[in-house]
Amino acid sequence: MSVLHIAILSPFLFAIIVPYIYKRLRQIHTGWFVLLLPIILFIYFLQFLPQVKEGEGIVQSVSWIPSLNVDFTAKIDGLGLLFALLITGIGSLVVLYSIYYLSKDQEQLNAFYVYLLLFLGAMLGVVLSDNLIVLYTFWEFTSFSSFFLIGYWHHRERSRYGAQKSMLITVFGGLSLLGGIILLYIMTGTFSIQEMVANTSTIINHPLFLPAMIFILLGAFSKSAQFPFYIWLPDAMEAPTPVSAYLHSATMVKAGIYLVARMTPIFAYDANGYWVWLVGGVGIFTLFWGSFNAIKQTDLKGILAYSTVSQLGLIMSLLGVGAGAVHFGNDNQLFIVATIAAVFHLINHATFKGSLFMVAGIIDHETGTRDIRRLGGLMTIMPVSFTIAFIGTFSMAGIPPFNGFLSKEMFFTGMLRVVKMDIFRFDSIGFLFPVIAWIGSVFTFVYSMILLWKTFGGQVQREKLPKTPHEAPFGMLISPVILASLVVIFGFFPNILSDRIIAPAVETIMPMFAIDEIHISHWHGFQPELYMTIGVIIIGILLYLTLGKWTRIYQLFPNKLTLNQLYDVLLPSLETGSNMFIRTHMTGYIRTYLAYIFTFFIAILSFTMWSKHAFHFESTNLADIGLYEVLLFLAVIIGTVTILASKSRLTSIIALGAVGYAVSLFFVLFRAPDLALTQLVIETISVALFLLCFYFLPRNFHLEKTRFKLTNALISVGVGLVVTLIAISSYSTKLFPSISQYYVDHTYDPAGGENMVNVILVDFRGFDTLFEISVLAIAGLGVYGLIKLRLARRKEG
Amino acid sequence: MELLMAILIGFLFASATYLLLSKSILRMIIGTGLLSHGAHLLILTMGGLKKGAVPIVNGDGTPVTDPLPQALILTAIVISFGVTALFLVLAYRGYQELGTDNMDELRGTDGNE
Repeated sequence: MSVLHIAILSPFLFAIIVPYIYKRLRQIHTGWFVLLLPIILFIYFLQFLPQVKEGEGIVQSVSWIPSLNVDFTAKIDGLGLLFALLITGIGSLVVLYSIYYLSKDQEQLNAFYVYLLLFLGAMLGVVLSDNLIVLYTFWEFTSFSSFFLIGYWHHRERSRYGAQKSMLITVFGGLSLLGGIILLYIMTGTFSIQEMVANTSTIINHPLFLPAMIFILLGAFSKSAQFPFYIWLPDAMEAPTPVSAYLHSATMVKAGIYLVARMTPIFAYDANGYWVWLVGGVGIFTLFWGSFNAIKQTDLKGILAYSTVSQLGLIMSLLGVGAGAVHFGNDNQLFIVATIAAVFHLINHATFKGSLFMVAGIIDHETGTRDIRRLGGLMTIMPVSFTIAFIGTFSMAGIPPFNGFLSKEMFFTGMLRVVKMDIFRFDSIGFLFPVIAWIGSVFTFVYSMILLWKTFGGQVQREKLPKTPHEAPFGMLISPVILASLVVIFGFFPNILSDRIIAPAVETIMPMFAIDEIHISHWHGFQPELYMTIGVIIIGILLYLTLGKWTRIYQLFPNKLTLNQLYDVLLPSLETGSNMFIRTHMTGYIRTYLAYIFTFFIAILSFTMWSKHAFHFESTNLADIGLYEVLLFLAVIIGTVTILASKSRLTSIIALGAVGYAVSLFFVLFRAPDLALTQLVIETISVALFLLCFYFLPRNFHLEKTRFKLTNALISVGVGLVVTLIAISSYSTKLFPSISQYYVDHTYDPAGGENMVNVILVDFRGFDTLFEISVLAIAGLGVYGLIKLRLARRKEG
Repeated sequence: MELLMAILIGFLFASATYLLLSKSILRMIIGTGLLSHGAHLLILTMGGLKKGAVPIVNGDGTPVTDPLPQALILTAIVISFGVTALFLVLAYRGYQELGTDNMDELRGTDGNE
């Protein structure tokens, strides 16, 4: 157990003592105590920067389940460290923000911080685990803690709905991720990511390559809210705003991005380009779809949710396109820019989206609404929030001098270079990538402007606001101010990130290349990217100004055809469907179940007999037929037919007795005196019992009970036929002689008896007899209990 | 002979199945009775019906019929008797308490306590 392991597990340990702190120290906001932990962790992770820059990964392993090759191997490399810093850094800011956002007196703070710490630890575990099973364990922990956090206000129906939806979708993805992990294990025999990267050639040539890749991508796409799994993210906005800012913009939704980045060295070598197409294609479509849908939202957090979906699509598409670089020898530096852009935008998105969510929370907190139709004119009332929102939205829209501009430029560069790729048929339809990317960016610009100006521009509609708007308290503003400052700092000095953080991360994603010095510059000269950005701004402004005229196109897509509608219809219909299924065949009639059992008996046995050509008849081993046997045969048949045909109970009981006596006569004929004796006695007692029973029951069967039923008859004939055929064929296939000769030879010596049957019963196989006696004893006790115990009546009396 | 017995056993099984599928609980019990007769005869038949002496040590070395199936059947008879007896008393008590021997009226429905 190294310090690193303790660091990863410390949030879990701290989560245990949070409720104690909450109970003991009610007068201090619990968040202050929690705040210490992410700050310490952040500082702890900062110290790895120089080591990681030198390319030295830190690997610490603790044995967990050695017999299954599962060890808790923690590994710090460029990518893991980048995420760890994001998680702990933004985690600290979010905790600080939540101290001012959540009221000490009205909220269940202990629950909130326990869930948040669980989430923090789980996220650290995901990004720092080298063992895929451990990664999966932490992955599901993030799903669970996110579920709890979304449903934090569990008295609200929408919260529970959103929590359930995100749970179902992300757990679906998590389970398919597990499937992919297992397939990878089958291919390589290891759960370690490092060892898998070393075995890439085995994986890409394996027939299970494609299923494993699809399973893992399903997991990544559902977690990172890619099309069509993005539907859970807008509904997750029911969570408290610090949670939305943390989980649903900066960290959890990037777990899928992390996974894709982490798996790139394993899957990108595939000669058919599935990885590049799937990741890139899904990403770029999600970018377009998310930005397109963000415009019609009226809720601040709704816009931000769709914008998160869109930006995640952007990062995903960059990762996909960047993976194409492995197929170019010397030109790879040309294409690796996409991967650099992905990492850079990942950081940028975390900063500006975190601050925007916090601003949305502030507005909600200070005005009482998040509906942009009721907001407006807050610019002069909330100047600090406005400034933060201004920086955030302009960065999101990709306008200089903020960091979003830089990553958007690089995004365009990456997408434009796709056209130059002459692999995987990119030369034919690859031009779609920059086109869709550009359209998506226009929409991004439009919704960013809507977000900013509908909230802060125009007139204040005081009568529509539940509260009198005023600027937020100082403490609430600290975190968004820090994030907005980072947006500006990274915008002006992007290269403070490039060497220390981005380069090691890119080296982890693309371990096959030596990364030259990364230099992010504001000015590329008159490149196509510049014209694209100018185009985005011009068209974006035009579209924003004419918003009322063209938003009618959204009505062309009826609400019934959305994916949400599909989910909402699918889930209840699954329920009603299974209900109907159960109702149609679980009738509650014992006859129906018996019919199922017998039908299955007939079907499975006759199918086996038919498919194995099992029917076999041999006449050599048969005994002769004697006259007495034929007579008894007829007696049994007549007795049985009488039972079947009789409408009176008495007749059928007597006929059953006749059959029993005939059977005992069979035993006489077949040289079984003990059996005959027992059968006679027992048949007598049984008939007596039947008569006793008969005495208390109505004299006749109800008429419909004895009515002939064709299905019943068919099933019965089938059962009889199957039994007969099996009896004949098994008698005809004697595979080895009986072991009875032993009993015959040893009955007198050494067993000391003359009656072989009795010696077998009490000497050779006495255990059977012991338990048969127990059966009789239990039956006797049961009968006694049934007759004597009258619990129901005693209760009444 | 075994062929004839196999047909008889098949007939007993078919009748037993038909009775088990009926609505009256007494007919179902009669069905189980026929089913156990069928099963006992099946064991005996599968052991071989070659004529031999009764399985008692006779000292003169004449072949005897197979004693093992007989022992098995003896056990089976006793057990099926115990079960049948319990089942009968259950039917009797059920009729006393519930006032019906019709299996359809004894149908368990959800919502029943």
